[in-house]
Amino acid sequence: MSEETPDSYIREPPEAHPPLDYPPYKSTALRHPKQPLVYLPHTITEITGPQLGTERVRDGDSDLTAQHAGTPIGERIIVSGRILDTNGKPLRDTLVEVWQANAAGRYRHVGDRWEAELDPNFSGAGRCLTDGEGRYRFTTIKPGPYPWGNHHNAWRPAHIHFSLLGRSFAQRLVTQMYFPADPLFEFDPIFNSVRDRAARERMISRFQMHESVDHWALAFEFDVYLRGPSATPFEEEH
Amino acid sequence: MRFATTPSQTVGPFFSIGLPWDGGQLVVPRDSPGAITIAGTVYDGQGEPVPDHLLEFWQADPSGRFADMHGHGGPSDLEGFRGFARVGAEDGDGRFEILTVKPGPVPWPDGGLQAPHIDVSVFARGMLHRCVTRIYFSDESDANDACPLLGRVPAERRGTLLAYPVEDGYRFDIRLQGPDETVFFAV
Repeated sequence: MSEETPDSYIREPPEAHPPLDYPPYKSTALRHPKQPLVYLPHTITEITGPQLGTERVRDGDSDLTAQHAGTPIGERIIVSGRILDTNGKPLRDTLVEVWQANAAGRYRHVGDRWEAELDPNFSGAGRCLTDGEGRYRFTTIKPGPYPWGNHHNAWRPAHIHFSLLGRSFAQRLVTQMYFPADPLFEFDPIFNSVRDRAARERMISRFQMHESVDHWALAFEFDVYLRGPSATPFEEEH
Repeated sequence: MRFATTPSQTVGPFFSIGLPWDGGQLVVPRDSPGAITIAGTVYDGQGEPVPDHLLEFWQADPSGRFADMHGHGGPSDLEGFRGFARVGAEDGDGRFEILTVKPGPVPWPDGGLQAPHIDVSVFARGMLHRCVTRIYFSDESDANDACPLLGRVPAERRGTLLAYPVEDGYRFDIRLQGPDETVFFAV
């Protein structure tokens, strides 16, 4: 039984998320609606939402380096942080799902044709529930950058995909976590699809020396903010 | 509001290593009494099936209660009701299918009832943010006519939100663009 959720959530400013039509990312061309979106006030369907935790998470799912007999190749890292709402309230017992390429930049996926090696000891998917303070923690391998077909010499900066259900349908978010000071940032249309610089930087994790473990792993911290309650209970379009 | 939200990014072309799972299509358990399928295809702006979409569904049970009401009333007592489905694969043919039960009407915040509906999130490579639509049911015309939200949708576009009866359930297609572009909502 979960706690009561807000009656409605804040409406985010347009610059908070990327536009659906973003020509530098060519695949958006045929996959974005052209008609105006219809305003949906938050109703009971949007202020409730699935809580998949116990069904989806098994012991060991948060350690992506321990899912096979051997140790994966690459730089072992710890990725941790908190899931919060925009009021700073932690979301406890909420599902965090991640997936990523291996150290060579290759996904364990039939559709990935990049010629980098697959790693028999790395599947690249993890799950966990946040604790009572909204914290999560994964042990994994730092993913490599990889080429893609968007334009000549296109490379994705290293990233880990994050999926958050939050407390409600309205809070659902899928994003990508990046690593500090990646030289590929300025060339990547997906990263730059977030047009507001401050918003873009919220997708970059922070290196954390004090969370790093001697002779074991470097640590990166990534907090995710989902939108929080609106000040007014039933917000109409304005 | 003290903090700004983390921006959305595309689910990408390789989400199936992390998100779908066996049984993810089951809003209700297999062989549940009264279970129906809802199936369809997601199309792009050229009318081609989108083979790499991920869809999520969230709905009430036939009595209008959700699997978790989050304190807004008593939860569904329908046995095994998850109220949620997640389906998708990148090597697909654009089709999807879920097993569910028809939801009941649920309240509109200002009073009155919303017609039976299912909230749907659409994710895919090439979509930088989810698109949200709703499935309504073509055989609920009285409830649909009285639904406060459907009343806000331009009349000539309402049909894009309707699932139509077929054997074993309903058919509902999603068109991201084009002359019959599905209505999407700002949530």
